[in-house]
Amino acid sequence: MATITYREALNQALAEEMERDDSVFLMGEEVAEYDGAYKVSKGLLDQFGDRRVVDSPISELGFAGLGVGAAMVGLRPVIEFMTFNFSFLALDQVINSAAKMYYMSDGQVHLPMVFRGPTGAALQLSAQHSQACQTWYLHAPGVKLVTPATPADAKGLLKAAIRDEDPVAVMEGELLYNLKGEVPDPEDGDFVIPLGLAEVKREGGDVSIITSGAMVHMALMAAGNLEKDGIDAEVLDLRSLRPLDVDAILATVQKTNRVVVLEEGWPYAGVGAQIAATIQEEAFDDLDAPVLRVTQADVPMPYAKNLEQMAKPSADRVVQACKKVLYTD
Amino acid sequence: MADTKTKEKKEGTRGGGKAELDGFSRDMLHWFLKQMLLYRRFEEKAEEAYAIGKIGGFCHLHIGQEAVAQGVVGPLRPDDYVVTSYRDHTQALAKGVDPGPVMAELYGKKGGSVGGKGGSMHIFGVDVGFMGGHGIVGGQIPLATGIGWAIQYRESDQICVCFLGDAAVNQGAFLESLNMAAVWKLPVIYVVENNEYGMGTAFKRVSALPVVDRAKGTGVPGHAVDGQDVMATWTLIERLASEVRKGGGPQYVDARTYRFRGHSMSDPVSGTYRSKKEVEEKKEEADPITILRDRLFEAKLLKQEELEEMDQAVRVIVDEAAKFADDSPLPTADDLYTHTYKEINEHGRLFLDGRDR
Ligand SMILES: Cc1ncc(C[n+]2csc(CCOP(=O)(O)OP(=O)(O)O)c2C)c(N)n1
Ligand SMILES: [Mg+2]
Repeated sequence: MATITYREALNQALAEEMERDDSVFLMGEEVAEYDGAYKVSKGLLDQFGDRRVVDSPISELGFAGLGVGAAMVGLRPVIEFMTFNFSFLALDQVINSAAKMYYMSDGQVHLPMVFRGPTGAALQLSAQHSQACQTWYLHAPGVKLVTPATPADAKGLLKAAIRDEDPVAVMEGELLYNLKGEVPDPEDGDFVIPLGLAEVKREGGDVSIITSGAMVHMALMAAGNLEKDGIDAEVLDLRSLRPLDVDAILATVQKTNRVVVLEEGWPYAGVGAQIAATIQEEAFDDLDAPVLRVTQADVPMPYAKNLEQMAKPSADRVVQACKKVLYTD
Repeated sequence: MADTKTKEKKEGTRGGGKAELDGFSRDMLHWFLKQMLLYRRFEEKAEEAYAIGKIGGFCHLHIGQEAVAQGVVGPLRPDDYVVTSYRDHTQALAKGVDPGPVMAELYGKKGGSVGGKGGSMHIFGVDVGFMGGHGIVGGQIPLATGIGWAIQYRESDQICVCFLGDAAVNQGAFLESLNMAAVWKLPVIYVVENNEYGMGTAFKRVSALPVVDRAKGTGVPGHAVDGQDVMATWTLIERLASEVRKGGGPQYVDARTYRFRGHSMSDPVSGTYRSKKEVEEKKEEADPITILRDRLFEAKLLKQEELEEMDQAVRVIVDEAAKFADDSPLPTADDLYTHTYKEINEHGRLFLDGRDR
């Protein structure tokens, strides 16, 4: 095990997969000469050359669609969005081409490709640059989505995403790139985390906080605070939002009978809405309280620091929600 | 507050009085210089404030590109529109948004031009025709086209200027917009602030044709101008604005300029994408303020004392703006949900986070 950053873990995943398979290439804004806006692709241009590590113009619709086209005939593109906010320009290609191609070609064309980049709010970037983009990608069948929270998950999930035969969006946390964590050494063999497996990041018996991505760390913080009040919270990191590990969700519900879903984005039609629906459909009798959600305030992200803090989910709000489902508030 | 005399110095008059240099009066040229100094000092103050944490997030400075703001916005009428990207502070000042609210917006204060909700990238001043800074590269281009559409629809003789960066011409919205503007002869001038780079990518590395040629094929006539030369820029825009106003259809301008700072406050000034030497040379040879100053010195239209007085005057304006920003209160919890919807309907729930339950 080596302790490396989330950024380095992604970089290793890219390098290993590109090394393994010549059909994998990386394209996006600033990915080559500038080493990536968040330095995820550092050194890859030197290692693989400009055939495989390609700086694009600022043409999201164009290069996302180019990736789809290349995948149609067998390449394995990794399309980097500088942030997923900018992928909204490309959503037509994601939803209308990538998500539907396999189905509408009756299985003749499949798309082994990855869309990746950071999502979620960083600090004071305001409305157009701070949003959790998961829902846009989850709504349409045909695309898979993973949201790694730790360096190990980042590496293992990105490698799995590149090897998957369908389009997979890998949404990274904009504020996680410097996060350090233990990742298995490359010498110890191929480290791949299969899509569709949630992970209990903290065991607990009183209440379940179900979350993913950057919010895992907020959930762990909330769990730490709850412990001081004698409440033992379990944190379930979904890791993969489609395929969704429903078994793991049901298992934690059966264990604690109380659920708070924490998500970074807006509530309407969000991840929490889906999870709450799934739980009430499949584990209604296991619930001792309604499922509560902690989300971003239902407004665009404001710039001012104090307003931004009010708009974002917080560990405090998670604590309150947990106490509410425990009827101890 | 800012000397935004755009209003009085109407099109074609060039400030009245004797034409002393390339058809511009001395007063007019002094005004150009003073405005550009204001923009420079304003941005330097923002830079300072960012360094000590009074400003957060992304903050894109316009230092080095002041002549484009002055030369393009200057000749417009107060009722004309300007819409731009996230690099928007000086264009807002040029259009007549007061420096205090612009600075207060950067500080995230209630007195900011949008109450602290938008920050550096989203300055608005709708009362003076400044229709916003927009954060998605190219996102403002269709908006300008729509403003042009509305002007024509109402049979008004206003015009709209759309600023965009060189890298933005590679967005599909650029081509779509220029085609529509050309078909419907919309009153829009698209001005590319061609500073040669989009973040750390040289325009040339990702574009087959130069900026000036990129309107070819859309039917919008293209022009190139030295965007470090405020007089040349003003002269071109004044002429184009009058043609556009008469119904001549859209125009496209490649204003060649250079940014002296990093892409934003979070990015290095130079690096693998451009050398320190290149930046130093540009600062030496192509500083729009120095260029105008030296021409005025040469023509004996400016004295050292006058320059110092001007600089002193704009520093006072900028200090006042910073004080206004410092003194302005923070927005409060009451502001969080305001302006999400203009109309709060009588029936149904608009906010789904439990707030109005
Ligand atoms: C659609 C989109 N893609 C990427 C970005 C990130 N980004 C912000 S500015 C920028 C470079 C734009 O360069 P240019 O248009 O030349 O304007 P300049 O910054 O030089 O004024 C990039 C890539 C963005 N804001 N929007
Ligand atoms: Mg540029």
